Amino acid sequence: MRFVDEYRDERIARGLLDEIARTVTRPWTIMEVCGGQTHTLIRQGIDQLLPPEIELVHGPGCPVCVTPLALIDEAIEIARRPGSILCSFGDMLRVPGSEEDLFISRAAGADVRVVYSPLDAVEVARRNPDRTVVFFAVGFETTAPANATAVKQAHDLGIENFALLVAHVLVPPAMTAILVSPGNRVQGFLAPGHVCTVMGWTEYEPIARDFRVPIVVTGFEPLDLLEGIRMVVGQLEEGRAEVENQYVRSVRREGNLEAQAVVAEVFEVCDRAWRGIGVIPNSGLRLREPYREHDAELIFPHEGGLASESEECIAGMVLRGRAKPDQCVAYGELCTPEHPLGAPMVSSEGACAAYFLAGRARAGVPR
Amino acid sequence: MSAEFRMECPVPLPPGANVLLGHGSGGKLTAQLIRELFVPVLGNGELARLGDAAVVDVGGVRIAFTTDAFVVTPKFFPGSDIGALSVNGTVNDLAMMGAKPLFVSAALILEEGLPLEDLGSIVASMADACRRASVKLVTGDTKVVERGSADGLFVITSGIGVVPDGVDVGPELARPGDAVLVSGPVGSHGVAVMSRRAGIEFEAELVSDTAPLTGLVEAMIAAGDVRVLRDATRGGMASVLNELAEASGVSITVVEADVPVLPPVRGACEMLGLDPLYVANEGVCVAIVSGDDAAAVLAAARAHPLGSRAAIVGTVEEGAPVVRLRTSLGATRPLLLLAGDQLPRIC
Amino acid sequence: MCLGVPGKVIEVFEEHGLRMGTVDFGGIRRKACLEYAPEVGLDSYVVIHVGFAISVVDEEEAARQYALLAEMGNLEGIDLPQDPEGVRDEVRR
Repeated sequence: MRFVDEYRDERIARGLLDEIARTVTRPWTIMEVCGGQTHTLIRQGIDQLLPPEIELVHGPGCPVCVTPLALIDEAIEIARRPGSILCSFGDMLRVPGSEEDLFISRAAGADVRVVYSPLDAVEVARRNPDRTVVFFAVGFETTAPANATAVKQAHDLGIENFALLVAHVLVPPAMTAILVSPGNRVQGFLAPGHVCTVMGWTEYEPIARDFRVPIVVTGFEPLDLLEGIRMVVGQLEEGRAEVENQYVRSVRREGNLEAQAVVAEVFEVCDRAWRGIGVIPNSGLRLREPYREHDAELIFPHEGGLASESEECIAGMVLRGRAKPDQCVAYGELCTPEHPLGAPMVSSEGACAAYFLAGRARAGVPR
Repeated sequence: MSAEFRMECPVPLPPGANVLLGHGSGGKLTAQLIRELFVPVLGNGELARLGDAAVVDVGGVRIAFTTDAFVVTPKFFPGSDIGALSVNGTVNDLAMMGAKPLFVSAALILEEGLPLEDLGSIVASMADACRRASVKLVTGDTKVVERGSADGLFVITSGIGVVPDGVDVGPELARPGDAVLVSGPVGSHGVAVMSRRAGIEFEAELVSDTAPLTGLVEAMIAAGDVRVLRDATRGGMASVLNELAEASGVSITVVEADVPVLPPVRGACEMLGLDPLYVANEGVCVAIVSGDDAAAVLAAARAHPLGSRAAIVGTVEEGAPVVRLRTSLGATRPLLLLAGDQLPRIC
Repeated sequence: MCLGVPGKVIEVFEEHGLRMGTVDFGGIRRKACLEYAPEVGLDSYVVIHVGFAISVVDEEEAARQYALLAEMGNLEGIDLPQDPEGVRDEVRR
């Protein structure tokens, strides 16, 4: 596959690893923001191949992991209603709510359907005019244009039985929240390449400047990640703190203006609770007029009890890079992909699941 | 063992009071169900062996005996249907024990309302599959259940065959120094089935690989010391290798770059975020072969139409029963049994 | 997050009021929405996320960058990765 295979070349990867090893002179802590990047790093074993001075911490760029518990509960409630169909990306099906998850609810008779594209959910609505079809709109800025288009299309075509349950989150406020939190050790970032494909990187310039951290917009293939790490390390060693772009084949500084336009037309910024982290101001999106009539939270007021998390789950610490999955007391024992206590153990790019599936033992415990 | 691709995810809650879809996925939950609920209660030596078929001695003749249930949805998918699948699946389970498949049975559970035309198509497809596999369908049963109880139809096939003298194949027979072969490109069936489900429709190119492997397996066995065979159905190649490592008490290392995958299957897996190593196959088997004979067995496989893309993908070593993957970057990581089925992801 | 896969646009059409395309991913094809890649034409590559093109691949930039990356693979003193378990040699026998 073109633009994929060549970025997995073993020889070049080794060359990049050598270059990184030659450049680094002291320990650095780098965060990759995006769950998809975490997935590649762990799956390919890149963090094992890097020189020991470089510590990678995994960021909260896993919308599955950070979708508020209350919204998962609400999605399940909506799915369980006889007159509804809940459509979702596959990622969300196993995420634990307070009592159960979408998959269990499906086993109990709820109509839950996995879709690949939000437009497929609009099609479900078109074919089932007597049911309310709710699409669980999770994602970062990358997915917002697609979700916006779906609700805009439904609106323009008069498909009234289509609604969105919006759980969008934004990256820059999360990065800032990490940087201001006491005890933050992150010194440089690999910024999410597909988020920046849509948004560009102008929002990251003030962050790099104000916090004096290098930020490199990075892709998702092994060579992208190694090159991105090389560029961050280069900046750190030279004492620079700028935004650079590694993912040149897809990202431009201004991003995708048409995509940004449809997001601005359909959504507006709001405060958002991040699971395991708490409320981060201006870090989410919600529907604006005239699309509010498609807002599932308004159509189905939430009836359930208070959302409750497992006590052992330290997802919040992991998502902020303050703890590693294998430092969690529940990791691998009480909490495994079969019975996850928190979201990062479910989603394949959640940090905990990534560690587990790559066979990492609990720190200090032989596996 | 049967295989069909299910897009639903299976595993979120601690082993509770009920059966979950994950119990059918071929991964950890399935293994647990078999180990904890079936074997202890039903247990006898041959069952506990957990081969693809049982091999029992009847009057000095080694008879291979297997049964399999097919519940795939949709019933018709690119390249085939549940009928052909049900015959090939049972034929292959027999072939995986080194047996020559001879006779099959079929029990059909039909849902009230199933169009007779569909049933006719499926039965014709079964007849055709029997012809191609050189087996005879000699007995059957039909039941009808109320609307809503059977998702169209379910097919249960059983089969018997004879294991020739001198042939000894079993999941526990792998030894350090053996080579691991795969008979063809992986991931085709699971992705082809998924391609027919709403929301993930691809155009044309993905086709199920369902096929009877008897001839291919015979050629391989004739060419060298084939110790283990297993068809890589639900859970895919990775799950099967985990089962075999466990059964034989050995370590297995797979080289990712050496595993064949057809380009459209690879493209579909990239798009959906799936790992082809865990996707079900219906016309591919894993063989563990003595190291000395690996080249000869590979050549024999490649000479057969169903094995033209066969490849040596790994080796067996001494050690704890773990399967490791050597990634395309040269790092090594465990290739674990998944808790349940993979789901398409956006992240 | 954000699984995005590059594919080649081999057809452009309209559906339900949206500009769509058929995209080929190394042999497999699926339709995708091209509303946010208005400049894309046939045979261009786009990055597809959840059935939407989010960018057009800048082939020139990619080539320029890749040439530099390839240099990394050619630098003197780099040994081809050693294979401690001898796995690769064995399996290539």
